[in-house]
Amino acid sequence: MSTGPLVKWSPLNRIPVTEGLIGGLVVALVAAPMGCFILWRRMVFFGAAVSHSGLLGVALGLALGINVTAGVVLTAAAVAVILVIMRGDKRLEDDAILGVVAHGALALGLVALTLLEGPGGAVHSGHDHDLETLLFGDIASITRTDLVWIIGGGGAGLVVMAAIWKSLLAMTVHEEMAIVEGVPVPVISIVFMLTMAVVVGVGMMVVGTLLIVSLLIIPAAAARRLTTGPEAMAAIAAVIGIASVLGGLQAHITWGFPAGPSVVVVAVLVFGLTFGVRVRRNLS
Amino acid sequence: MPVLPRVTLAMQSGIPQLVLRAENLSLILGSKHILSGVDLAVASGESVTLVGPNGAGKTILLRVLMGLVVPTFGVVTRRPGLRVGYLPQTLVPDPILPMDVRRFVGIGSDASQSRRSEALNDVGIENLSRRPVHELSGGEMRRAMLARALLRDPEILVLDEPVQGVDFAGQMELYERIAKAKADQGCAVLMVSHDLNLVMAATDRVICLNHHVCCQGTPESVRGHAEYQALFGNDVESLAVYTHHHDHVHGTSGKVVPFEPDPRD
Repeated sequence: MSTGPLVKWSPLNRIPVTEGLIGGLVVALVAAPMGCFILWRRMVFFGAAVSHSGLLGVALGLALGINVTAGVVLTAAAVAVILVIMRGDKRLEDDAILGVVAHGALALGLVALTLLEGPGGAVHSGHDHDLETLLFGDIASITRTDLVWIIGGGGAGLVVMAAIWKSLLAMTVHEEMAIVEGVPVPVISIVFMLTMAVVVGVGMMVVGTLLIVSLLIIPAAAARRLTTGPEAMAAIAAVIGIASVLGGLQAHITWGFPAGPSVVVVAVLVFGLTFGVRVRRNLS
Repeated sequence: MPVLPRVTLAMQSGIPQLVLRAENLSLILGSKHILSGVDLAVASGESVTLVGPNGAGKTILLRVLMGLVVPTFGVVTRRPGLRVGYLPQTLVPDPILPMDVRRFVGIGSDASQSRRSEALNDVGIENLSRRPVHELSGGEMRRAMLARALLRDPEILVLDEPVQGVDFAGQMELYERIAKAKADQGCAVLMVSHDLNLVMAATDRVICLNHHVCCQGTPESVRGHAEYQALFGNDVESLAVYTHHHDHVHGTSGKVVPFEPDPRD
């Protein structure tokens, strides 16, 4: 994977405009507003549980002979619905249920994939579904068909987020107030979760099932420390997400670091820097 | 001697147009009868206050009326498409959501920046417009919540303890602002309060609730009611002081002349 020794690096090393780059930018863009709501609505573990069902979705897609991304989106949506139903159980805290479902879905996905592939074998259906790619993504392997999915799913996600933005914000401020004032809260909740499933499905191709949650949450968390309004937070999160994708790809090309984790590392670095900003403000 | 209009135009015309009606509401939780046989209607432009001791079921009745709680028996009907401005009993903003006061008051409406400033000015917190909403004190938050609800141009303003945490002068100010909304925008007001004094001065009709409707009518008629006095005996004296300017007029001889009674009584 490595493209050359360290000394070759210079800011002039351009990141080639590939399907991977465009896909990564689209995912970063749609992850920003979604990630903000995941933070505001305290759904980080929920998002993680839904993302962890990605492997199971791949297995489902392969078993049914349908598009793998469609399999991921369907499974993620199903897991989201199951979680909402299970939250009614008062005997277990939400975080316990989320822990069971997240890790259960991940383990089940691993077993199901092995069953499909046969012991040790890799399934080739126009796409290399080796485990590392599924877990951590592979920007370099994104094909033109994948990109169509990413742009379609990501674009739809952005349109939906814009459409439900006001209602979702009102619900976040006070859910009962929103209900009384005529916001169709159950419908908006379901639309939001289905959109999350779509974003997880397309984001998985870029950063993998384990890291998509990072791309949702870390740019938004970094943006929180820099902003005073909800819309500004989403916009800054998008900028940070895009910068992370560019930075991660640069690291991948220059040093041969794995692309998905590099994207997340850059996002974490930006998050760390925002602490510096806040500390300086407090001191001055 | 000018007589303050206590009866809204809609009601004076004889056929009040209802915005909200509840018939025979009962709510049973476990073996507890929280509400039994409550009938209640709010006419367009009318202000109604629910009073009652702690635990009388005032807040839960409001929640049933707003569709947040399903009653065991009974029906709630609203005017179709009714625009509600709602002040919940508590709203604690979460600091993870960055939002200043002027953004907060725009939640639930498309009010322009200048209308928002005006609304904040009306409730006396225009100086806090850029303050993060989670830094507001309890009383400041109540004001911001009222401004927000009014910016929706509501047909009915629903308030659960609207002046909780507000200092005494501020309470009068906020009740005046609510009365102004009623007068200017013609919106109905449905309020829960256990503060009898100020509230009753600013309301057309009082419903005294203690799981069932004990009595209802104008503040004056309710105050004379035996069941009301049984519940609020100690407050009756102070009440007369605070409502002095509104609850009666003085005849030429200086004799106290009561207002015309509500036509529905």
